[in-house]
Order: sequence, then C-alpha cells, then structure tokens
Amino acid sequence: MAGKKKEETNQPNVAGDIGALLKGLKTTLTEATRAPVTLQYPEDKSPRSERYRGRHYLRRYDNGLERCIGCELCAAACPVGCILVIAAENTEENRVSPGERYAKTYEINMLRCIFCGYCEEACPVQAIVLGPEYELSDTSREKFIYTKEKLLEPLPPDVEARLNVKEKK
Amino acid sequence: MSIYNDPIGHWVVVVVAMALLLFVVLTATAYTVWFERVALGRIQRRPGPNRVGPFGLMQLAADGVKLAFKESFVPAETDKVIYVIAPTIGVAAAFLAWAVIPVGLWYNVQYWIADVNVGILVIFAVSSLNVYAIVLGGYASNNKYSLLGGLRASAQLISYEMSLGLSLVPTFMIVGSLRLRDIVQYTVSWGPYHGPIPLILLTPVGFIIYLISATAETNRTPFDLPEAEQELIGGFLTEYSGLKFTMYYLAEYLNVITVSALVTLLFLGGWYLWIVPPILAFLIKVVLIIFVYIWFRATFPRLRYDMLMRLGWKVLLPLSMANVVVTAIILLAVQG
Repeated sequence: MAGKKKEETNQPNVAGDIGALLKGLKTTLTEATRAPVTLQYPEDKSPRSERYRGRHYLRRYDNGLERCIGCELCAAACPVGCILVIAAENTEENRVSPGERYAKTYEINMLRCIFCGYCEEACPVQAIVLGPEYELSDTSREKFIYTKEKLLEPLPPDVEARLNVKEKK
Repeated sequence: MSIYNDPIGHWVVVVVAMALLLFVVLTATAYTVWFERVALGRIQRRPGPNRVGPFGLMQLAADGVKLAFKESFVPAETDKVIYVIAPTIGVAAAFLAWAVIPVGLWYNVQYWIADVNVGILVIFAVSSLNVYAIVLGGYASNNKYSLLGGLRASAQLISYEMSLGLSLVPTFMIVGSLRLRDIVQYTVSWGPYHGPIPLILLTPVGFIIYLISATAETNRTPFDLPEAEQELIGGFLTEYSGLKFTMYYLAEYLNVITVSALVTLLFLGGWYLWIVPPILAFLIKVVLIIFVYIWFRATFPRLRYDMLMRLGWKVLLPLSMANVVVTAIILLAVQG
C-alpha cells in the first residue's frame, strides 16, 4: 500500500483530494449533531471510585468514643511527615478513646499531604480513613492545617442526643 | 432619493447611517465570536460558552469588560508609535469596507453609506490594508515571532490578492458594473422567470476561488499562518494585550463578517430570497457563510507555508485566469 502510494505522488489526484476534504467536512458536521459529552462540573460531578483517596476523617466507635489511641503510627508511616499527633492518657473522668491513650492533638497539613493512604494502612484501629471529598481549596495557608475538630466525625445521633440530655440534667 | 441631493440632509443621513453601522456591526462582531465559539464547541462535542447569561449570550460582555480593563502593556524596545498605530489600522480598514456595502432593509428600502460606482474596487483597496496592521504590528513588537508572523502575512497577501481579484472579474463581465447594488440587482429573463438571480449559478468557479482566497485574506484557519499559535506563539499578536489585542481581534471578526456579506452580495443574490423579507434573507445568507468559515476552521488543519504558496500561485491563480477566459468566450458566444 505504502509503495503504491509513492508511485502515485507524481500524478496529483485532484478528485481524491477534494473528496477527502469533503469527507472531513462531513465528519465535523455529523459530530455537531451529537450531544456534547461535557460534564457541567460544579452541578454534575463524575463518580468517584469507592477506593478514592480524598480528605481524611477520624472515625468514632458506635458508642461515640474516638477510635484513635494516639499511637503515632500514622505519623511514622507518612512519607511527607504531614501528620502531627500528641497523645495524652485517658483517665476515668475523661475517657476519650477505649485504649490507654488518646490523641490530644491531631493535625494534618493538607498542603503537604500527597493522599497516599499510608496513614490509613498503618492505623491499627482503623481510626484514620481517607474519604471521597476532593474539593479542598481554601483562602489561606493556615486553613489547610486540618485540626482534630475538623477531621473528627460527628457523634452518632443517638449518642449526641444522650449527651444533650445529660448536659441538661 | 431627494434627501441625498440636499447638502445638509445628505450629511445627516450619512452620520446617522454611520452611527447605526457602528452599533450594528460591533454587536454583530460580538455575536459572531459567540456563534463561532458555540459552533466550534458543538463540532468538538462541547457545549461552548454557556455560563454568562442565557445560552452564554452575555459572554461577549464579560470578555469585553475583561479585555478593556486589562493592563495595556507595551514591551521594552518596541517602536512605540507604530506599535500603537498598527492595531488601529486593522480596525479602521475593517470598518471602511462597510462604507460601500449596501444592505436591503425592506422590499424597496436599501441602506448604504456611499453608493460608489467602483464599490468592489474600494473594498479590494481597503481590505488589503489589513495586512499593514499585521506587518507593522509584527515589525514594531521587537519579537522574532511577531516579525515572522508579519512576514508570513505579507507573503500570504501577495499569493492570494490576485486570485481574489480575478475570481470576481467574471462577475463584473456578466453584470457590466462594479457597483455592488447593480451586482445584487442583476436581473435575468429565463423563460417565464424574470428577476434577480444569485450569481453563483453563473460563476460557480469564481465563488469557490473567492471563498478560499477570502479565508486567506482574513487570516483564518486553514490559512492562519500569521497567527499560528503552535509555531509562532500567536505571531503578530504575541506582544499585544488588552485593548490593542481587542482591536486585532475585532478586526479579524469584522473581516469575517465583511467577507461573508460580500459573498452574499456577489454570489448569493444579496437580499433577494424568494418571499423572505430582504433584511432576513440577507442575515440568513451572511450567517450561513460565517458558519461555513467556522466549519472550515473546525475541519481543516493549517497548511504548511510552501503548500499555501503552491495553492495560491499554482492552483488558484491559473484557475481564476482560466475562469476569466472561459467566461469571456461564453459571453461572446451568447451575446454575439
């Protein structure tokens, strides 16, 4: 085929060339009749995989206690060192997690985080997980230091209700 | 017609007509940009601009405001006077062509600013001025890419201007007038039919040559070599921004509308279309030709420089010359 074409280059194929141009015009026009494939982004979002690694969450047990035991394995596993954990002892009056210790401070620098998910893999109690959210833009660098309050899951509704009743009493 | 003979009335009419023209043509340019972006989008299976206003129709206002308030940056070591003047030449030339373009508004009402008896020559003279904007802008920018763009524009002009002119010669020979109104109102008596006809029926080859040459004249894809974003980073536009860039942009789209209006007047029968009201018929035809240019842009890749020269000198020029000769022979045979 290629060899045959080379022989023909001396003889211009005008009809063939014009036909090719018209074919191109036809192609573009038929494409115009088909529906656009664009996703209207802020309104429609493309689906995320179940394993998508986005913003972090600190999970709780069903009874409202925090899962994190302040072992700092996540901070050790983190390749960019964006996790800061300062642990404190649990006491009888102030029981935050079921283990001996809990995370008094838990901060993630989201500007550094590369969303590798090693923290999730390292965690022995599945306390830190990466969620599906990916729209994390903000207006200042300070706002990217996600504190424990920001990362922690809200209390389960029944525990929340129980605590509210306790406070009122 | 008498108001044209009255010296003061004449000037009043001309000034009003010019103000009207400025408004209509500028609006049309803005909507041509919108139309092009939507049409290109649909061909590429995108929706095109659809955020600002209904169907994105206010996009042009947003773009205009953005461009107008951009910093007017002049690079160092430029030829400042020419750098500033060059874009204005482009806009002025693009507007000047509209001085002689007539538009049929209603059945017996026509609009024009100057009814010149060599109208089409005026348009040729004015439309080739556009290249000065590009060459001077490219020269004054003190940038090698701008200069290359300017050089390409001038070489492109001499390759295409001749076939552009010659492609219309058969039209003049048939009509016997250079006045644009006469060309539109050229009537024939073919059997039972007596009335104006689209001249494309008599000069189809001229139509095709004109369409191709005019694409080169307006520097649009596939002949947008002076701009050539990929090779020349925008060519003559590289160093232009803000309002000066807007002027080049405006000139380009004005030229597209001008050329589409000319194709309509010269080949498609102007404002005559069966029973459709004249102004509507004119608009339909102009929009159709603008779409053809957008369609070309969406379809054809840019020609290489030597291909463009070869097409201009070795294909279009002999073809347009042959077209003149053949038309002359047929005219002689028919008219005796």
